[in-house]
Amino acid sequence: MKERTAGPALLILPALIALGVFFLYPLLSMLVSAFTDPEPGLGNFAWFFGEQANMQVLGRTFSTAFWVTLVALALSYPYAYAMTIAGPRAKAVLTLLVLVPFWTSLMVRTFAWVILLQDTGVINKALGAIGMGPFSLIRTQTGVVIGMVQLLMPFMVLPLYAVMSGIDRRLLSAATSLGAHPVKAFLQVYVPQSLPGVSAGCLTVFISALGFYVTPALLGSPTDALISQQIFTQVNGLLKWGRGGAMGVVLLGLTLAMIALLAVTLRRTGRKVTG
Amino acid sequence: MRARGLLWAFCTLIGVWLVAPALIVVPLSFTDKPSLKFPPDGYSTRWYANFFGDPAWMSALGTSVQVALLVTVVATVLGTAAALGLTRAKIRGLALAQGSMLAPMIVPGVVLAIGTYAVFLKLQLVGTLAGFVMAHTVLALPFVIIPVTASLRGFDRRLEDAAASLGASRWTAFRSVTLPLVAPGVASGALFAFVTSFDEVVVSLFIQSPYLQTLPVKMYASVTRETDPTIAAAATMIIVLTTTLVLVATFFVARRTRAK
Repeated sequence: MKERTAGPALLILPALIALGVFFLYPLLSMLVSAFTDPEPGLGNFAWFFGEQANMQVLGRTFSTAFWVTLVALALSYPYAYAMTIAGPRAKAVLTLLVLVPFWTSLMVRTFAWVILLQDTGVINKALGAIGMGPFSLIRTQTGVVIGMVQLLMPFMVLPLYAVMSGIDRRLLSAATSLGAHPVKAFLQVYVPQSLPGVSAGCLTVFISALGFYVTPALLGSPTDALISQQIFTQVNGLLKWGRGGAMGVVLLGLTLAMIALLAVTLRRTGRKVTG
Repeated sequence: MRARGLLWAFCTLIGVWLVAPALIVVPLSFTDKPSLKFPPDGYSTRWYANFFGDPAWMSALGTSVQVALLVTVVATVLGTAAALGLTRAKIRGLALAQGSMLAPMIVPGVVLAIGTYAVFLKLQLVGTLAGFVMAHTVLALPFVIIPVTASLRGFDRRLEDAAASLGASRWTAFRSVTLPLVAPGVASGALFAFVTSFDEVVVSLFIQSPYLQTLPVKMYASVTRETDPTIAAAATMIIVLTTTLVLVATFFVARRTRAK
C-alpha cells in the first residue's frame, strides 16, 4: 500500500521542478527587482502611483478591458442563446465558428485586424459604400476593442452556453401563458437564471483583457499604451527593471484579485445550483 | 417569428466576423503587388517564393517547428506523469500541487516574460533553443495536464489490477492497458502543447536574439516595420498547419469513439 502512495507522488516531481525553475523563479525575481532595483525600498511603487501618466495608463487599461467585456457580452449573449435553441446541424456550425479563433494563431489574427482596420481597409470601404466614414480605427482604442473582442469571444460564449443549456425553457412558455409579455418573461425568468454564466464569462474576459500585450501593441496607438506595453517599454527599452517589476506586481495583483472574485462567484452559484 | 429571424441574421454576422480574419489573410498572401491592399488586384505566388527564398523567414520557421516539436515531447511526458501522480497519489498538498500546475494559464504573459528574461540573462539562456523549449514547456503543461487528468478520472483502475493479477508487471500493465485507454487525452494534450508553443509571442519576444527567432516573433517584427505581403504568406502557412493538426486530431478522436 505504501508503495502505491509514494510512487505516484514522485511522478509529479519533474513537472514541479520545471515549474519551479521556469515559472516560480522568474516571478520571484520580478518581485524582488520591484523592491530592490535600483535601490531597496518602495521607490518603484511610489514612482508608479505618483506619476499621473501611469495612472492614466492604468485607467486606460481598465477602460479597455471594460469595453471589451461589455461588447463581448452584448454579442455573445444572443449567440449563446441561439446555440441553445438551434437544431443539431445549426448548433454544430455555431460551435465550430466560435472555436475557430481557438486554433487560429493570435499573431495571425492580430495581423489580419491590422489589415482590416486600415484607413483604406475593408471595413472603411464597406462603410464608405453606405455613405459613412472613413473612421480612423487602427491606432485607436476602438480598433483595439474590436480586435480583442474577436480574440476573446470564445471565453464569453462557452460559459454562457454551458449555463443557458441547463435552463428549462418551458418556464418561459409558462410565464407567457400566464399573461406575461414575452420580453418581460425573458427578462424576469430567463435572464436571472443565466447570470452565473454572465459573471463567469465577464470575469474571464476581463482578466484576460487586462494582461493583453500583442493586440494593443499592434492595433493601438503608442501614445495610448496599456499597462502591459508600458512594462515592455520599461524593461526592454529603458532597462528599468525595478519600475517594470513594480508595474508587473500591480498587474499580477489586479489579476489575482479578479480571479479570487471569480472563484467566489463560481462557488456561490455552484452552491445555489446544488442546494 | 420575426424575433427569431433577427436572431439568426445577427448570428450569421457574428459568424462571419469570427472567421473573417482567417479568410482575409489567405487571398492576401497571393497578391501580386508589394502592398497589403485588400482585396488584391491580381494574383501570384511571389510572396511564397520570397518566404522560401529568405533565410531569415526560413530559419524562423525552422526554429518554430523545432521548438514546438521538442515542447510537445517534453510537456507531454512531464504533463502525463504529473497527471498520473495527481490522480493517484494520496499525499498532503495535492490540491496545492494541482493548482500550481495550472497557474501559468492565469499569469499575464508580460509579467512572466520580464521575469523569464531576467532569469535567462542570469542563466545565459537568452536566444538559445533550450531557453525557448523550457519557457514554452511551462506554458504548455496545463494544456497537457487538464485533458490527461480528465481521461484518467474516467479510467477504471480495476483493469490494471486485472492485468497485474494475470501476471503483468506494473509497467506492462500501464503500457498495454492504461496508456491505450487514455491515449485520446494524451494526444489532445500533445496537440495543445504544440500549438501553444508554435503560437507563443510575448515571452518569445523577450528571450529571442537576432540569431534565434521563432516565426511569430519574426511576424511581429515585420508587422511593426514593413508592409510586406510575405507576412501574409507566413500567416497562411500557420493557418494551414494548425488547421491540419486540428482536423487530424478530430478525425482520430472520432474514429476511436466509433471503434468503441
